[in-house]
Amino acid sequence: MARKTEIAVVGAGPAGMAAAIEAGRAGARVIVIDENQRPGGQLFKQIHKFFGSEAHRAGTRGVQIGLDLLREAEEAGVATLLDTVVYGIFSDRCLGLAREHHTEELEADAVILATGASENALAFPGWTLPGVMGAGATQTLIHIHRVLPGKRALMVGAGNVGLIVSYQLLQAGAKVVAVVEGLPAIGGYGVHASKVRRAGVPILTGHTVLRAEGREGVERAVIARVDENWKPIAGTERTLEVDTICLAVGLSPLAELAWMAGCEFRYIPALGGWVPLHDGNMETTRKGIYVAGDLAGIEEASTAMEEGRLAGLAAAQSLGHLTRERGEKKKGEVHKRLAALRMGSFGEGRAISKEQILQARETV
Amino acid sequence: MKGETETGGVRKTGIPSMKELRASPGYPGPELLARGPIAVIECVQDIPCNPCEAACRRGAIHVGNPITNLPVFYGEKCNGCGNCIPVCPGQAIFLVDMTYSEDRASVSFPYEFLPMPAKGDIVEGVNRAGEVVCRAEVLRVQKPKRFDHTAVITVAVPKELAMEVRSMKRLKREG
Amino acid sequence: MRIEDHPILGRAERGRRITLTVDGNPVVAFEGEPIAAALLAGGHRVFRYTAKRREPRGLFCALGRCTDCVMTVDGQPNVRTCVTPARDGMIVQTQVGRGKWGGRGGGGKRKG
Repeated sequence: MARKTEIAVVGAGPAGMAAAIEAGRAGARVIVIDENQRPGGQLFKQIHKFFGSEAHRAGTRGVQIGLDLLREAEEAGVATLLDTVVYGIFSDRCLGLAREHHTEELEADAVILATGASENALAFPGWTLPGVMGAGATQTLIHIHRVLPGKRALMVGAGNVGLIVSYQLLQAGAKVVAVVEGLPAIGGYGVHASKVRRAGVPILTGHTVLRAEGREGVERAVIARVDENWKPIAGTERTLEVDTICLAVGLSPLAELAWMAGCEFRYIPALGGWVPLHDGNMETTRKGIYVAGDLAGIEEASTAMEEGRLAGLAAAQSLGHLTRERGEKKKGEVHKRLAALRMGSFGEGRAISKEQILQARETV
Repeated sequence: MKGETETGGVRKTGIPSMKELRASPGYPGPELLARGPIAVIECVQDIPCNPCEAACRRGAIHVGNPITNLPVFYGEKCNGCGNCIPVCPGQAIFLVDMTYSEDRASVSFPYEFLPMPAKGDIVEGVNRAGEVVCRAEVLRVQKPKRFDHTAVITVAVPKELAMEVRSMKRLKREG
Repeated sequence: MRIEDHPILGRAERGRRITLTVDGNPVVAFEGEPIAAALLAGGHRVFRYTAKRREPRGLFCALGRCTDCVMTVDGQPNVRTCVTPARDGMIVQTQVGRGKWGGRGGGGKRKG
């Protein structure tokens, strides 16, 4: 006999928790499932103060936002199923769960997929050597496990992740020898770049890592300038003594379950690659299956939470827990806050891409 | 490297250029700076963010709608309380007091590294490029709970470097 | 290297101090932390060697996805050390290739 619930949320990160809280508050029976031992997703490694407005908890550190989400979920009566992998999604919104040493099924009237993203890799000679790792992996090590992977790091990528993790490596006591960025300009917020620069770390735009060298692990990195076609310029090679190379070269949506559910996708580079189409309710092309957060297009934690709220409200409304009037009003408020997070030169690309998704969804 | 403050700009170098800084609304000029302690906001990009607005109880900082507006700084309303410094997620707000003494100015900046300096320490003042430009005396270390682990350090520096020094060189960890 | 004090997170809170045996040598760990964290803290970076070319591999994603960090733990090969909590007395072995049940050197009987 399969267990039943009204709303199943896959992923207990910021998007999933926010969805569960909204749905739970509306009175729906909600179960959040996560493969990790602790809920919160990547929020507990986000130790910097968040941007945005007061409604987005600006000025508050991600860790604190994570703690608050857990408390709110508890207050909203949300059940959590941890250490549990959702290995499949079958017809009629039945989830296959693997936990401990057995499998079980969970049937839901609505499913919210908030599975997040994985870090992109970058292949160069030596990239498989121990000591080359994701920037997010570094963040997990230094903030959750409180272990430094090395003493001297090279950061590859000057988007927000690369800049923030560089700063955090310094806070943890490591040396960051340089940040290299293949593009001619820094992609992340200037304020993050400025913090790293004030701390004495060079940011080398128009540079890439050519190779990592070492026998049983990284001992050196060779970097070089690149031309406008990303080709390394001969004679500009430089060897840096590092034991760690962190890759911050973007994220990709973790979309396996959405694919398996038969959702329609579009390839949208500005959102990290293949993204499930969804409407303004975050509902995919499969009825009753919603997406939120990085799976619905790579952005950041504040937009992930807002999208989660939308999905949670919409799912609860579809099951009769919110009147149409109340549901639309609450969703309207979220849409406004989401729009604010996608304004300005850093947000407009994402805003346009999100609009493309909505339009494509309508034509399906 | 010092030239980077003048050329390139924040997207190229990570350092806001003087041109970018002077173009930000309300960046204090010599007259305002001469009056006493004053906030110096070095936020030059249209990112969606506004905690500085609420942090100022005197209404000296205005972001308004949309929240991607650059903060507009009304220097004449600023009393130099420094409440905006630890609140800025971008650590882009500083406090400069040109009237600190005859030949020295004080500069306050956010600081999130260990070990923390102590009052009376002589540290190395660094510019926006992280280069050491002077010796600086630590006048104050503020880290009340409400700052949430962002300490605000105030140092005295040669007056002519007041608009250059924006942090201090990190102190060596023991062991 | 362990981070004992941190400007934002404060002093580290860790579980009970325990001991792992890694390739026959004792390694200090704290109960509940991933095996990989204890290994890195002890300066141990090579977790396995690849099947064909015997290239070293270590921690890469730290999230349990990439499987680069698998080792043989208590005789079971292909254990993701980045998401497997350390327990006192665990026998951890650098894995070669796909590993063998019962241990690195082979010859052990398949367990479990």
